[in-house]
Amino acid sequence: MSKNLIEVKNLEKYFEVSSGLFGRNKGVVKAVDGISFNIPFGESLGLVGQSGCGKTTTARSLCLLDPKTNGDVSFYNQESDSMQSIDDLDENELKKFRRNIQMIFQDPYESLNPRWTIKDIILEPLNIHNIGELNDREEAVVEILKTVGLTPPENYLPRYPHELSGGQRQRVSIARTLIMKPKFVICDEPTSMLDVSIRISIMDLMLNLARDLEVSYLYITHDLAVARYMCNRIAVMFNGKIVEIAETEELLKNPIHPYTKRLISSIPVPDPSYDRVVYDLDYDELDSIIAKDTENIGMVDIGNEHFVATHDVKGLL
Amino acid sequence: MSDNVLIVKDLNMHYETLSGDVSAVKDISFSIKKGESFGLVGESGCGKTSVAMSLLQLQADNAKISSGSIVLDGQELVGLSESELRKVRWNGISIVFQGAMNAWNPVIKVGEQIREAIREHYPSNSKSENTKKIESLFKMVDLDESIMERYPHELSGGMKQRAVIALALSCDPKVVIADEPTTALDVVVQDQILKEIKKVQELLGLSLIYISHDIAVIAEMTDNMAVMYAGRIVELGPTSKIFKSPKHAYTRLLLESTPSVVGDKKKLRSLEGEPPSLIDEQEGCSFSPRCPEPTKECADRSVEMQLIEIDPGHYADQCCVKCG
Repeated sequence: MSKNLIEVKNLEKYFEVSSGLFGRNKGVVKAVDGISFNIPFGESLGLVGQSGCGKTTTARSLCLLDPKTNGDVSFYNQESDSMQSIDDLDENELKKFRRNIQMIFQDPYESLNPRWTIKDIILEPLNIHNIGELNDREEAVVEILKTVGLTPPENYLPRYPHELSGGQRQRVSIARTLIMKPKFVICDEPTSMLDVSIRISIMDLMLNLARDLEVSYLYITHDLAVARYMCNRIAVMFNGKIVEIAETEELLKNPIHPYTKRLISSIPVPDPSYDRVVYDLDYDELDSIIAKDTENIGMVDIGNEHFVATHDVKGLL
Repeated sequence: MSDNVLIVKDLNMHYETLSGDVSAVKDISFSIKKGESFGLVGESGCGKTSVAMSLLQLQADNAKISSGSIVLDGQELVGLSESELRKVRWNGISIVFQGAMNAWNPVIKVGEQIREAIREHYPSNSKSENTKKIESLFKMVDLDESIMERYPHELSGGMKQRAVIALALSCDPKVVIADEPTTALDVVVQDQILKEIKKVQELLGLSLIYISHDIAVIAEMTDNMAVMYAGRIVELGPTSKIFKSPKHAYTRLLLESTPSVVGDKKKLRSLEGEPPSLIDEQEGCSFSPRCPEPTKECADRSVEMQLIEIDPGHYADQCCVKCG
């Protein structure tokens, strides 16, 4: 086993909701309900599942955009060569932590400030974290633009986001993220808003950068075909829980959990002669089985580091 | 040839803008038989939606059909007056718009909005007849009839999309255009909607024009397909044939850039560059600047763009066919 970059144990994120007159009926939405996973150095994990299953909430809790309700998230600390829980970080360490963990958002049309030039956008993180001299910072911006394929950089520096295409904007987002030289990048459906033709070039760019800069990704998507292309391992999420996690090819060839089977069989196949058979799944039944199983945070290893949630799914298999 | 429901011939449409005419649809010809499902695929801005809008003549005010003909069941649609067109829309050709689930009027009940369309086309129907009709449509798309009394915000994305399909079917159209009906949806819901569309199409013997940028969906949904690039069809033919032996370089790239969950993991190819401007177009093959293996002829753009027949029913642009 190689070293882990991040270890997540029983992460929970609950939201309080109220309804009724004056919000008298209080309730709790368990958006993330006790999930655990590790990401070793240099590996990427895909987090897949339907909309609303808690993928993005997981991501936001990991990078402290939303405080978690319960559970433990630890990152590798280079100085002490050990895992350090994010709860133990003091203010200085927190700032350092935030340099190492970055996020690329789904929509490149909404995640860039329309009134800032590309140069301002990419320079901002360096200014906030006070990295390098002013001249060095500008040089770093030019370098990173070359890295993400926006060449010549001089043409892009003074421009505004509205002057760029979707693919170019997403490259700017990636540049802004990578200029911090993070170790861990959370990608929330970074290619779902892009056209087919540019999607692959953005995915290839991210794969190359992962290799060259030794970055690990947590790649969130609902498309298993995309996750297959990007990730070493895939975790399948359903209603706030991880139900199956395995090495990518293993998961696709040998899915165990009924929900994983359903998800894989829902992906259209680009081959007219392929006869896709959709795995039939009764969601209500699955829901009630999972809901009954309140203690199940455990996953069982069925070999090849292939883990399946322990709740009793025999009736559905 | 008489079994063709829709015949489009040499259709040209452009948008008049301040910086010049944007030719969005260029010399498009295709025909669709009864019960056939026809796919239009290409990247954003290639003119897929412009073709759909031209068929219904619902384009923006600055759009002009400069030449060509659209014949639906023997009736020429180009040149019809607005009131004549109103009869054809929904009754002859209906459309499921892109992002249609957000197109519902938020303050009117879903059932009432469908009723409105039926009333327009069948004014003599009684209210109870219309209610019965909507109930049967909802049944067809697997919606509970109580949804009629709901407002759009009470429905999930998938339910709204099902209701949109019911709306598109409400006036017994001969041809239904589905313009990216599943792009905003989740994979599992997408899968259900695709199945619904297929089921309804077979049940009613509809002709379907399916527009998408996702070639995997086109593979599953269509019998015949056309690949569009920069306002033109560059390859046209039976879907199975095009997937098996694509003749145009652009089609090949589209196929090689689509990830799949089945089969061996492949290295995917990306398509570099940007599509050309549709204002002041140059002569010759518009794809040549992005072509991965252009010959000298392509690069000189000396070959005029024209579809030629390679196999019966399978056409591709001659420039690429000559390159081999």
